[in-house]
Amino acid sequence: MCGIVGLYLKDKALEASLGHMLTDMLVTMTDRGPDSAGIAIYGEDNGRAKLTVQSDNAAVSFEHLADKLSSALGSTISLDRIDTHAVLSMEKDSLASARETLKTIAPEVRVMSRGETLEIYKEVGLPKDVAARFNVPQMQGSHGIGHTRMATESAVTTMGAHPFNTGKDLCLVHNGSLSNHNSLRRKLARYGVSTETQNDTEVAAAYLTWRMQEGDQLGEALERSLEDLDGFYTFVVGTKDGFGVLRDPIACKPAVMAETDQYVAFGSEYRAMVNLPNIENARVWEPEPATVYFWNH
Amino acid sequence: MQTLDLQAVGLRELNQKLQSQKDSVEHQRWQVVNAKGSHAIAVGLDAPIEVTVEGSTGYYCGGMNQKATVTINGYAGPGVAENMMSGSVIVEGDASQYAGATGNGGTLVIKGNASSRCGISMKGINIVVHGNVGHMSAFMAQSGNLVVCGDAGEALGDSIYEARLFVRGSVQSLGADCIEKEMKEEHLQLLKQLLEQAQSDAKPEEFKRYGSARKLYNFNIDNAY
Repeated sequence: MCGIVGLYLKDKALEASLGHMLTDMLVTMTDRGPDSAGIAIYGEDNGRAKLTVQSDNAAVSFEHLADKLSSALGSTISLDRIDTHAVLSMEKDSLASARETLKTIAPEVRVMSRGETLEIYKEVGLPKDVAARFNVPQMQGSHGIGHTRMATESAVTTMGAHPFNTGKDLCLVHNGSLSNHNSLRRKLARYGVSTETQNDTEVAAAYLTWRMQEGDQLGEALERSLEDLDGFYTFVVGTKDGFGVLRDPIACKPAVMAETDQYVAFGSEYRAMVNLPNIENARVWEPEPATVYFWNH
Repeated sequence: MQTLDLQAVGLRELNQKLQSQKDSVEHQRWQVVNAKGSHAIAVGLDAPIEVTVEGSTGYYCGGMNQKATVTINGYAGPGVAENMMSGSVIVEGDASQYAGATGNGGTLVIKGNASSRCGISMKGINIVVHGNVGHMSAFMAQSGNLVVCGDAGEALGDSIYEARLFVRGSVQSLGADCIEKEMKEEHLQLLKQLLEQAQSDAKPEEFKRYGSARKLYNFNIDNAY
């Protein structure tokens, strides 16, 4: 099971209600997976970069984090806390060093996402509760993806929740299960790409990260994953400009798309999309197996 | 016509109302509104009634149908008309995977495209798809007819038994033990009738027929217990 939703807006007038629409879509998918939920939102580019971070002990971890990071990096970093998560805002060229510095000055803090417009919020719990904790319905943006998980391969934890960050402004959600994730995890470790959990999707995310480090474009990395990943999957990948979809060649895991002049929407089921504006007149179809699709701004 | 608002009455009451027409047909024509992609709409019907579902449906719409005519004015989710026994199910849009799976009888018409595994393990149902069908369609098909007015995806008719497959367009590949067969007069007649019934203007002469080569293990009598 697991439920995936995605919404890419063509009509800027809808951007104010992206969080609301995406939350509604994800909550509808709750009975496909009640274990954990997550959402990736692509907001406005304000000329700065951001790290979205998480801590199980947020009050303590985040109290002086911005000051400590600012002095370590010698530039101003601001912190905006939302429940267990916080968004660290910084100069664009500080992003990589901030991420490295965090490992030493706050090792208990986990990085959920890095990028210029991307923020990822995810926790254990039902979509409606996770969305409410992080004020997702109030969020604005150009596009976003969401996931509600029925855990099959690994523990129900924050780090096992989707979406997974695969690079700057890139993320991945997955419905399915990979059968060669252990051998692939060992292979990636030999190439210096580490994973933090026993989760199968994290390996797929790490695989895409590795391929892009090797010079692949995202589309090429996804094409190559058809050969290297064994198992069932419908992937939705978020990019700074839009989102992409890939289903494995057997395509057991459901996927349906709807497109109007105002948006392109993805759902594990049509049910997820029924409250979108003018959905009655949308073109509704299923993405083909083993085919990479992208919708870009 | 009786109108049932699914969001108002709920799925169980809606299906009970339609299923209860078996004992005596109270109303001939029914309309279901606010379908909103819900699962298992109009399943297990057993009366010669007409049900029109306005909007797209989720899993298993029209499943186990007997005698009724169910029309979906939208996209149909996975397993539409699964295990149909008789009657007909008509999908005005596209259909998701395993449409008409294990159907024993009746007619399933899909006006758009059907995705993968259309007619998997079909056992006597007639399926007419105006558009294309996805991969592994008619997998292990045992009896009945699958008519595809567009193209068929990979591995059509894999491990097929006695069902007849008619495809007008291209076939990406044939599955194990599925071969092209001669189109005889009886097949043209059958196809004409099926196409008319499905309101397709395709010509029977434009189709090719596929079926079982009967070479797999289970067709060899020496392998019988």
